[in-house]
Amino acid sequence: MENQILTTENLFAHYGDIDTIKNVNVSFPKNSITAIMGPSGCGKTTFLRCLNRMHELTPNAGSRGKIILHDEDLNKLEPIEVRRKIGMVFQRPNPFPTMTIYDNVIAGYKLNGIRKKRIEFDHIVEDSLKKAGLWEEVKNNLHKKGSFLSGGQQQRLCIARALAVNPEIILMDEPTSALDPIATKIIEELIVELKNTVTVIMVTHNLAQAGRVSDYTAFFYLGDLLEFGQTEKVFTNPKNEITEKFLTGKIG
Amino acid sequence: MTETNLKIRSIKNIIFRTIIIGVALLAILPLFFIIFYVIKEGLSAINWEFISSVAKPIGESGGGILSALVGSSILIVIAVIIAIPIGISAGLYISEHSDSKLSSMIRLSVEVLQGTPSIVIGIIGYFWFVKPMGHFSALSGGIALALMMLPMIVKTAEETLRMIPFSLKEASLALGVPYYKTILKVILPAGLSGIMTGVIIGIARIAGETAPLLFTAFGNAFFSTNILKPIDSLPLLIFNYATSPYTDWHKMAWGASTVLIFFILILNITTRIIVNKWKIKY
Amino acid sequence: MELTLSNNNKITISSNSIKYSDNWKLGENIFNSVLTGSGIMIIMIVIGIFLTLILSSLPSIKQFGINFVTGTTWDPVFERFGALPFIAGTLITSFLALLISIPFSIAISILLGEYFKRGIFSGFIKSMTELLAGVPSVIFGFWGIFFLVPIVREFEKILGITAYGIGIFSSSIILAIMIIPFSASVGREVIELVPSDIKEAAYAMGATRYEVIKKIVLPYAKSGIFAGIILSLGRALGETMAVTMLIGNFNKMPTSIFAPANTMASVIANEFSESTFELYTSSLIEIGVLLFIVSTVINLIGKWVIKRMVVR
Ligand SMILES: Nc1ncnc2c1ncn2[C@@H]1O[C@H](COP(=O)(O)OP(=O)(O)OP(=O)(O)O)[C@@H](O)[C@H]1O
Ligand SMILES: [Mg+2]
Repeated sequence: MENQILTTENLFAHYGDIDTIKNVNVSFPKNSITAIMGPSGCGKTTFLRCLNRMHELTPNAGSRGKIILHDEDLNKLEPIEVRRKIGMVFQRPNPFPTMTIYDNVIAGYKLNGIRKKRIEFDHIVEDSLKKAGLWEEVKNNLHKKGSFLSGGQQQRLCIARALAVNPEIILMDEPTSALDPIATKIIEELIVELKNTVTVIMVTHNLAQAGRVSDYTAFFYLGDLLEFGQTEKVFTNPKNEITEKFLTGKIG
Repeated sequence: MTETNLKIRSIKNIIFRTIIIGVALLAILPLFFIIFYVIKEGLSAINWEFISSVAKPIGESGGGILSALVGSSILIVIAVIIAIPIGISAGLYISEHSDSKLSSMIRLSVEVLQGTPSIVIGIIGYFWFVKPMGHFSALSGGIALALMMLPMIVKTAEETLRMIPFSLKEASLALGVPYYKTILKVILPAGLSGIMTGVIIGIARIAGETAPLLFTAFGNAFFSTNILKPIDSLPLLIFNYATSPYTDWHKMAWGASTVLIFFILILNITTRIIVNKWKIKY
Repeated sequence: MELTLSNNNKITISSNSIKYSDNWKLGENIFNSVLTGSGIMIIMIVIGIFLTLILSSLPSIKQFGINFVTGTTWDPVFERFGALPFIAGTLITSFLALLISIPFSIAISILLGEYFKRGIFSGFIKSMTELLAGVPSVIFGFWGIFFLVPIVREFEKILGITAYGIGIFSSSIILAIMIIPFSASVGREVIELVPSDIKEAAYAMGATRYEVIKKIVLPYAKSGIFAGIILSLGRALGETMAVTMLIGNFNKMPTSIFAPANTMASVIANEFSESTFELYTSSLIEIGVLLFIVSTVINLIGKWVIKRMVVR
């Protein structure tokens, strides 16, 4: 395949004594969108959270194996450094309730104590909100608290917040599952746009969404990566029987 | 038969309700009456001179409670400065490590400290600070009061912080923000109104404490702002004047009581405003 | 991060070159030490309180042994210290106060927990009782001296006994007034914990409100109400100022509930500053130790009962 950005080698993850992710080897191509699919409880969230070392925040949880970004093994870095390179958007929008919209976007700078000139921050805010497709809706209310925004707007605010620190990869865990269909459509279009700037790895439960949005699909089953390939190919001609059953709605 | 039975039951019901309301009112009315009585006696004593001047020697009329007002403020400030950082940090510790052994020991200690009689806190203040320093002081009084308000702050801090959803912490950590900055800049601000409420309730509680000050701040007939010297406070003044034989002093004590009650009332109202206005939606 | 601002205000963000200059490991260490340190400090304070009290009361413990709590003579001039008069004074005032307060606090709890759960009336009563719970004890004592004591004195005249006014009886009434708001609010909270479905089941069967309260609410809330009473007892035992102002400061065994006496807390308040020799001071502190232990045990039992009730 073309230019790879992130590769896992023999990645295992566990909660307590139980291995939830088993020996996953996969390479994500740069500036692409990968959908991670699989039945509930198969380990999609766990896998995603391994990639930016959020998984180990859960008590008694951990992972082993290699996660290689360019030439660097992320498991050898400090988790904080990893998370600064790989952004994350959660299932439920979680803007900071005490901050204004403006401050939410530059939270990655403010919270990390990075000082910049006002004009630089203004540009980052505008640029990030534009990329997240939220600029027009909030440009007159930048200094209000984000709590009056709708769920979909809050989620786009969270995407803007992740984009603002200029990550190479953004992980999204079912970013539209808490949203209505219209908000979902807007976010899907936005994700496709994002491809130009970053690499997106997103968990989705929704086959149609994966089909509409993703370039690649990874299919997990009981902690194993059963299948990885171009979405078209996986959808039309799955190699694995279980994948086929899943795609035709017989499991899941 | 059943009809009379029903009647008896409903009469019993009415009698019971009447008794409950009657007894409850019987208890509540005297409670109101105390406040009414104090304020009635006290309001006539309060004027500008009363608030703004120091006490006059026995026999001379006039004078005010300025020394006690300033003293109480100094004591409260000392207590707050000491109790807030320790209380919030400890509250953070137990909310962050809620299952650890150390946490349960801290919780137990907080309960014990909260149940410690105030006079015992006074003895402790005497032995830890007054005796080593060789004299009574505002500082020792302030520290004794800090011990009294510490449990309140730890508990409200813990409760508030525990209510903050984990997703908020995740949002910050996922941006590569170090844990301690996440706590200081995201979690604490989100819990600010709850913690403030705890602090204000704590202040309301120590503002009227007398027993811990008897052997620490001790009281001072003269105006003083030196934290290493004995200092007067409103409750000490009320105690000394109330138990004195002078009618003038009694009047001043009523005035001081009224001031103290209003101060506590204002603190109570403030916490309500904070709770209602500063609600954070997640 | 490098920003190139070109004329048309378009910005290009060069790939992931934000400079994170923070020394976060140091911050993390300091932060964790501060949190742990504060927690440990509170534990140390409590241990310190206990050790200080025990160590400072050693001379009297050694001198008097068990006789300290059974001795009825408290005479600093002859260096004889028996604390029984104060233990008796404390127990009598506290239990009398409890006895007076129980019907009232239960009535208020039922009123607020069952009859007027919300609305202006209950809000008003709630905030007033909260305010009263915050009135400093020295003000209760002050009011007691000038309002309650004369009334009690008249009452004693009618009874035909020595009309002191001050003494155990006045102290108990003041204590009762002081603990009613507290035990009523504990009572209200536990009554509100009674699940509404079991109450509704009883109403559905045609039970009157009285029957529901008697047969369902009170039995269910029993242990919680009891805990509230225990916690009130803990407060009454340690209450200092109001009692000190009203009890009469009399160091002999109380002879009747109208007699002047002294409690453990009030004898400390009255005599600690003037205790001129070590044995005297240490005897007072031994009283403090007893008070500390008893209050702590009672307090912890009460909280434990309530916690169990909330969990259920
Ligand atoms: N905190 C945890 N402690 C222990 N086990 C967990 C924990 N979180 C998840 N698991 C287990 O790990 C497995 C994978 O969970 P994960 O959340 O990754 O699944 P998922 O594919 O994201 O599911 P869903 O589609 O429902 O979001 C499940 O069997 C789950 O029960
Ligand atoms: Mg999931």
